[in-house]
Amino acid sequence: MRAAVVVFPGSNCDRDMAVALKAAGADVSMVWHKDAALPDNVDLVAVPGGFSFGDYLRCGAIAAQSPICKAIVEHANRGGYVLGVCNGFQVLTETGLLPGALMRNANLKFICKSVDLKVENSNSAFTSGYAAGDVVAYPVAHHDGNYSVDAEGLKKIEAEGRVAFRYVDNPNGSVADIAGVLSENRRVLGMMPHPERAVDEGHGGTDGQALFRGLIDQLVTA
Amino acid sequence: MKARVYVMLKNGVLDPQGEAVRHALGSLGFDGVEGVRQGKVIELDLTEGTTEATIEQMCEKLLANTVIESYRIEVL
Repeated sequence: MRAAVVVFPGSNCDRDMAVALKAAGADVSMVWHKDAALPDNVDLVAVPGGFSFGDYLRCGAIAAQSPICKAIVEHANRGGYVLGVCNGFQVLTETGLLPGALMRNANLKFICKSVDLKVENSNSAFTSGYAAGDVVAYPVAHHDGNYSVDAEGLKKIEAEGRVAFRYVDNPNGSVADIAGVLSENRRVLGMMPHPERAVDEGHGGTDGQALFRGLIDQLVTA
Repeated sequence: MKARVYVMLKNGVLDPQGEAVRHALGSLGFDGVEGVRQGKVIELDLTEGTTEATIEQMCEKLLANTVIESYRIEVL
């Protein structure tokens, strides 16, 4: 399984993401935001966390206009897999690949702690390593993770079972406790919590391993 | 020519920063502040003859996230 991790100026979870993907068995290459094309035969593009372009204008807004993002949108439109974590989730909403937007946390504070998430369904490559209803602990570290989508959008997401993860105890004011949301074809996932920071005993927990392993198992057999 | 773009959260979208400012004004003793909405003003220095339609495209593509924000253009 071939994965590409995107690097923007200000990304800071790109190497963690690469380590997590490699540990799960992926062949990983790093791609720079100015690259206009992804490496050949890439199955998964991971858009990592960080503060791309200093969060200027809006989190993820400038990154979403970068040459590599055009290639990512084309990859997704061809049915390719995309995982966006934290700032990566913000970038994916800004590109329009995922619905909604991430706003300032309701309590206005930067939140950096481990949170419990409920896996809403195992019906995607990203969540196939879990069972629906599992509760997992991933760290969050964000100032703008308050997921917002209009009533109509929320109804659609819920009806299509596209909420991948929900906060057990909502830290940031996200609508319907949404922590991670899938695209219509279930091949694009955006989430604020960091699975790549929960893959090693040294992280304090390994609940994120199943996400990467499940994803890679699905893509290898696909 | 110059243009000014006002970007605001859409009505109905909760503005936590505006709420915090409202509370702070209240604690300073300013009674009667019933609501605060916080937005952005972006000033553009443009080549003469830039059309409002072009500025509108700038807003749609980058300056505002129309999922949650509305914008207003003022050509100066």
